[in-house]
Amino acid sequence: MLQKYKKPTLFYPGHNACSGCGQNLTARHVINTLGPNTIVVGATGCLEVTTTKFGESAWGVPYIHSLFENSAAVATGILAGLSFKNKNLGATLSKVSRYDQREYPQVGPRASLPNVVVLAGDGATFDIGFGLLAGMFERGDNILYVCFDNEGYQNTGAQASGSSTLGADTTTTPSGKDSTGDDKMKKNMIAFAVSQGVPYVATSTAAYPKDVEEKIKKALEFQGPKYIQILVPCIPGWGIETNKTVEVARLAATTGFYPVLEIINGVVTKVLKTPDQKPKIEEYLKLQDRYKHLFKSEEGKAVIKRLQKICDANVEVYGLCPTCEEHEILMQYKL
Amino acid sequence: MKKLLEGSQAIAQVVNLCRPGVISAYPITPQTHIVEDLAKIAADGEASFEFVRTESEFAAASVILGASATGVRAYSATTSQGLLLMTEVIYNIAGMNLPVVLTCANRAVSAPINIWNDQQDAYSVRDAGWIMFFANDIQEAVDLHILAFKVAESVGLPVMVNMDGFYLTHTVGEVDIPDQKLVDKFLKKQSRDLGSFLDVKNPKTFGYLATPKEYQDMRMQLDAKIKKAKNQEIKKAMQEFEKVFGRKLSLTREYKLKDAKTVFVSTGSIFGTTREAVDLLRLKGKKVGICNLNLLRPFPDDEIVKKLKGTKKIIVLNRAISLGTEGILTTEIKKALYGKHKIEIQDEIIGLGGRDIRVEELVNLV
Ligand SMILES: Cc1ncc(C[n+]2csc(CCOP(=O)(O)OP(=O)(O)O)c2C)c(N)n1
Ligand code: SF4
Ligand SMILES: [Mg+2]
Repeated sequence: MLQKYKKPTLFYPGHNACSGCGQNLTARHVINTLGPNTIVVGATGCLEVTTTKFGESAWGVPYIHSLFENSAAVATGILAGLSFKNKNLGATLSKVSRYDQREYPQVGPRASLPNVVVLAGDGATFDIGFGLLAGMFERGDNILYVCFDNEGYQNTGAQASGSSTLGADTTTTPSGKDSTGDDKMKKNMIAFAVSQGVPYVATSTAAYPKDVEEKIKKALEFQGPKYIQILVPCIPGWGIETNKTVEVARLAATTGFYPVLEIINGVVTKVLKTPDQKPKIEEYLKLQDRYKHLFKSEEGKAVIKRLQKICDANVEVYGLCPTCEEHEILMQYKL
Repeated sequence: MKKLLEGSQAIAQVVNLCRPGVISAYPITPQTHIVEDLAKIAADGEASFEFVRTESEFAAASVILGASATGVRAYSATTSQGLLLMTEVIYNIAGMNLPVVLTCANRAVSAPINIWNDQQDAYSVRDAGWIMFFANDIQEAVDLHILAFKVAESVGLPVMVNMDGFYLTHTVGEVDIPDQKLVDKFLKKQSRDLGSFLDVKNPKTFGYLATPKEYQDMRMQLDAKIKKAKNQEIKKAMQEFEKVFGRKLSLTREYKLKDAKTVFVSTGSIFGTTREAVDLLRLKGKKVGICNLNLLRPFPDDEIVKKLKGTKKIIVLNRAISLGTEGILTTEIKKALYGKHKIEIQDEIIGLGGRDIRVEELVNLV
C-alpha cells in the first residue's frame, strides 16, 4: 500500500473509513497542509476510530486521542506543555504567549513551535464538548480547531446531533407518521465562535480541497483560537452513493444551504458565490436518503420550503449571489 | 525550613518546589486554598509553571492530561464532585500511563450536598489505575507530594495524594518545608523515554483504539505495573526520601501495634484521634493499637498480613462506604487477610460528611 502512494503524505492509506467518506478525504488535505510540525488532538468519532487502530495508525504526525468531549482542553494542555518546555529552552515565546488574549496580531507562519490542532466531529464540537471549546475560546489559546461536520453522530450509527438539520431523518429523529425528521435548527457554531472574538473563523465543504487548504494556511497566520468548520458528507449516515460525496458537498454550498465563508475579526472577508443558476435545495436533498421522506408528504414539502428559505436567507445575509453587491458584513462589533 | 502554615498553603508551596510545568485546577471546597495559593505564587512571579484556568474540573483534568503527554510535569487538585466530574479523564490518564500528580482534599459526595470530610470521593475511583496515597497529618501530606512526583515518573502512572478536607487542608501547624536544593536533588529533571510523549521529531499515536484482541492484555499490563510498583518504585522512593530528607515514609503508619490484640485500621487524619483513644484504652489495660494505611492502590496486602499477625480483632474505621455492602476498606482488608489469619473483623462506618469523630466513640467500639 505505502509504496503505491506516490506523493509524500502525513495521512497514510489503509485506514478503514467507508469508501467515499468525506471526512477522511478532507482530513488528508488538512493534515498535509498543516505539515509535519503539527500535533493533532483527535476526538472520539469516525475519524479517530478509523485511523488509530493499535499498530495501524494512519497518522504521520504526533497524534493524541483522549475522549469524546475534551479535545479542546487536551489541546490547551499540550500548548501549555510546549510553552513551558520552550520557556525552559530559552526560546522566545513573546509572540506566541497564550496571554495575549483578544489582541491576536497576525504573526505570520511560525517555524519553530508545533501547530496544535484539534480535529473533531460535530457531535464532539456542537454538543458534548461545547463547554470545553467555549473555555478554549475564552482563554484565547493559540489552537486551530477543525470541526468535521457530518451533521450527526455517525460513528455510533447516524444519530442526530446539534448540527443535524431541520428535516433530517436520523436514527434518533426518525421520520414517521407523526414526524418529518429532525424538528430543530442546526446550532450556529459560526456565530458562536465569532461572538467569542475568535479572530479567524471559516467554513468550507469537502468539495473544495483547495479552499480548505488555503483556509488552513491562512488560519495559521493568526494568534489565538481559530475555528474552521467543514461539511463532510457521510455515506451511510446521509444515505448517499459513494461517488456522490463531492457533488453533495458542492450542492450544499451552491444552494446557499452551507455558506462557505471566511470571517476575520468579526468581518466576513470572503464568501463562495453561488452560481448564476442557483440550484434549488431539492437538488441537494434528493441525492440523500436522510431527506427522501420530505418529498412524500405535505408536511415534508413544507419542511423543504423552510429549508429553501434558509438558503435564500444565507444568500441575503452573506451576499452569496454573483450579482450581490460587495459590502462589508460585520458579524461582530469590537468589544 | 520549619514554618507555621495552613495545610493547603504548605501543599501549594511544596508543589511549587517540585517544579511542575503545568498546573490546572478548578475551585471547590475544601481544595480552594491550594489553587488560590498556587495562582498567587504564579501571579507573584515565584513560579515557573504555566497556570491554566479552566471552566470545569473535567477540563482541568484534560489540560493536565495534554500537558503530561508533552512530557512535562503536570499537577491538579480537586475533591468530591470535582473528582467525580473528572472521573472519565481519571481513567483515561491512567490508561495512557501519564505520570500526573493530583491532590484530593477528601470530601463527602452529593446527595445530600455536603462540603465536609469523608473519603467517598477517592475511594470511588480506586479502580482507575492510579497510585493512591493517604496522609495522616500535614507533614506527611507535604512529604507524600514530593514522593508522588518521583513515584509517578519512575512508574509511569498517575499518583493521587489524599488529604482529609478541613482536618488537614484548613488547619495550621508546624511544617517542615524542605529546601529547594533537596527537592531538586530528590526529583531531578523529568526525562521521559523517547517515544513516550508527543514529539514532532518522533511522531507517535497516543490513545489508540484497541480491539478485543489486545485490550485485555493492555489492561492486565497496567494491573501488573501498578502492583509491581509497591515493592519496587514506591519502596525505593521511600528509602531515598528518608536519605535525602531524613524523614520516614512507609506504606502503613502504626501506633502501639507490636503487642496489640485489637487494632484500628483506617486511612487518613483519623489517625490522630485514634491515637488518643488507644492511649486511653491502654490506661485501662487493653492491648490496642493502630495500623493505618498510607497506600490504598496498589493495595499493601502482604504488609497487612504481616503487620496484623497475632491480632485477635481489627476494627476497620471506614470513611467511605460501598452502598449495599459495607465499608470499602473492610472489604479490602478481608480480601487481604482471606486464608491468612483468623481475625475478627469489625466493620465501622464513621465520620461521614464531617460528622465529628470523638475519642470516646472510638473507645466504645472496643
Ligand atoms: C462520553 C461519551 N458519550 C458517548 C460516546 C459514544 N460516541 C462515540 S463517537 C460518538 C459520535 C461521534 O459523533 P461526531 O463527533 O459527530 O463524529 P462522527 O463520528 O460523526 O465523525 C458517540 C456518541 C462516547 N464515546 N463518550
Ligand atoms: S460512517 Fe460516515 S463518517 Fe464514518 S467512516 Fe463512514 S462515511 Fe465516514
Ligand atoms: Mg458527526
